[in-house]
Amino acid sequence: MPLSVDIQKRLGDFRLQVAFQVDDSREMLALLGPSGCGKSMTLRSIAGLVRPDAGRIVLNDRVLFDSAAHVDLPPRERRVGYLFQSYALFPTMTVEQNVMAGALGGTREERRARAAEQIAAMRLTGLEQHRPAELSGGQRQRVAMARMLAGSPELILLDEPFSALDGYLRWQIELEMTDLLRGYPGGAILVSHNRDEVYRMCDTVCVISNGRSEPKQQVRDLFAQPRTVAAALISGCKNFSAVRVVGPGLLECVDWGVTLRTSLPVSADVTSVGVRAHYFEPARPDAPNAIPVKVERVIDSTFSIIAMVRTPGGGLIRYELEKDAWARLGRPSAFTLMAPAACVMPLAGDAMPRVPDALGTRTAGGER
Amino acid sequence: MDWYPLINSLRIAAISTVAVYFLGIWLANLVARAPRVVKGALDVVLTLPLVLPPTVVGFLLLLVLGPRRPLGAWVLDALGIRLTMTWYSAVAATVVVSFPLMYRTVRGAFESFDEDLADAARTLGHREAWVFWRIKMPSCRQGVIAGAVLAFARALGEYGATSMVAGYTPGVTATVSTTVYQLWRTGDDAAALRWVLVNLAISAVVLLALNLLEGRSRERARGGRHAA
Repeated sequence: MPLSVDIQKRLGDFRLQVAFQVDDSREMLALLGPSGCGKSMTLRSIAGLVRPDAGRIVLNDRVLFDSAAHVDLPPRERRVGYLFQSYALFPTMTVEQNVMAGALGGTREERRARAAEQIAAMRLTGLEQHRPAELSGGQRQRVAMARMLAGSPELILLDEPFSALDGYLRWQIELEMTDLLRGYPGGAILVSHNRDEVYRMCDTVCVISNGRSEPKQQVRDLFAQPRTVAAALISGCKNFSAVRVVGPGLLECVDWGVTLRTSLPVSADVTSVGVRAHYFEPARPDAPNAIPVKVERVIDSTFSIIAMVRTPGGGLIRYELEKDAWARLGRPSAFTLMAPAACVMPLAGDAMPRVPDALGTRTAGGER
Repeated sequence: MDWYPLINSLRIAAISTVAVYFLGIWLANLVARAPRVVKGALDVVLTLPLVLPPTVVGFLLLLVLGPRRPLGAWVLDALGIRLTMTWYSAVAATVVVSFPLMYRTVRGAFESFDEDLADAARTLGHREAWVFWRIKMPSCRQGVIAGAVLAFARALGEYGATSMVAGYTPGVTATVSTTVYQLWRTGDDAAALRWVLVNLAISAVVLLALNLLEGRSRERARGGRHAA
């Protein structure tokens, strides 16, 4: 599925500017970003449901959209499958009719046969005459998948496919869908705001923040070495400080009042540093990269302890550790943390706004 | 009892409902997708007959259809058809008066339609006509039927504009409502009462039908097995 996307669109104050390329049809790409960042609009543009102001979309050497050449194929001619967040099953049709609506071309009997094939593959046999309202969440999603796959699209777009499911079911469906997508000859793009989902399911990722896409990268690189504050944030990093570069690999962390050494490459446009909450370690006061901290608040979380600690610079750090490790540490009110040099991530892009003294405001989101 | 008024009323209402059905769906679809400014302006124009006194509608219709008015005169000359004071003149009156009921009900249904369904159909390879008739219309069926029933009921009970455009000629343009007025005016209260009872019966049937429809749509929303 060689796919190249390079589009711009203006919508009021919002500007979408997204560019990425997929060369291998077996590659699973994720568009990762917070809600409202423009990832769904990107997906809709590829499917032809939204018309970009300018740019070009090419799939398998077919130009789907090209503003310069005035090409804008209608969605029905794009051969792009779209799995809607709400599944968008036709409520007045049965399961079989829904899937047949996706199996266009050929005689009625051929369409019925193709629909039956997908229904069987999605383990929906026996439910053919049911209507969507009578199905469970998982079944509805399988019908939506069957309907989409019945048309053998060249590219599959998945818009937050698990957001309507929860808990155990969500996990099962994720396993099923991963298998299915791995075996599918066409390519797939997953839109998500969930970093864990992306980490488990995808090979590459393109972070989108405020309508702008960052260069595509390997999923593992995003988590080991995010390049920007936005990428670090969406990858789950909870601790940020503005920095000044004071020497080779030496970063003065303004918010934390310490200077940390990093073993990661420092680019010229570094504005911030990020350290993940569970990468800190308790240490002796004279250890390298030591940060003397005072404990402000201890939160007993499901399987861990979250300590909100005050740094010499005034900024808060979120430190996460196992419950018994916290007990072994003696539940101190002040101690020394150290950030291993390999875990101090230099970041470019707009720094996190500094909020002086609201407890926990420097921690982002609830997702871990 | 001469049943002509009832037959005439029913055929006028039936013809006007068919016209209003397609007109209402077409314009509701147009307005629901129009840009905001156009939408506001069109909406006012299309809803106006609902709030205007029927006599004003009748007067305006006579301005257009009257035998000495441009359109009326032309049709009379070219086709030899008189547009006023005939039974089908009343159709013009009932179409205008009942149109807003159909239009507004259907527009409401269209506006609450989940556009993702239409988008899903498009990505599956379907044309706009298919999307409209196979997805949008069935999804909005309750609203469309409710609008048609209301429009039919309104057309059946139309008096003001009808009496001005079609007048009252027994056995020619007489409808149930103009007959009630005529019988009361001439002091035949007993005959008037019979027609009043006919009117009440029809109205009750219409309301029952509407309630039945609403009940079914609620059942459907709950996802009942046999609701559809």
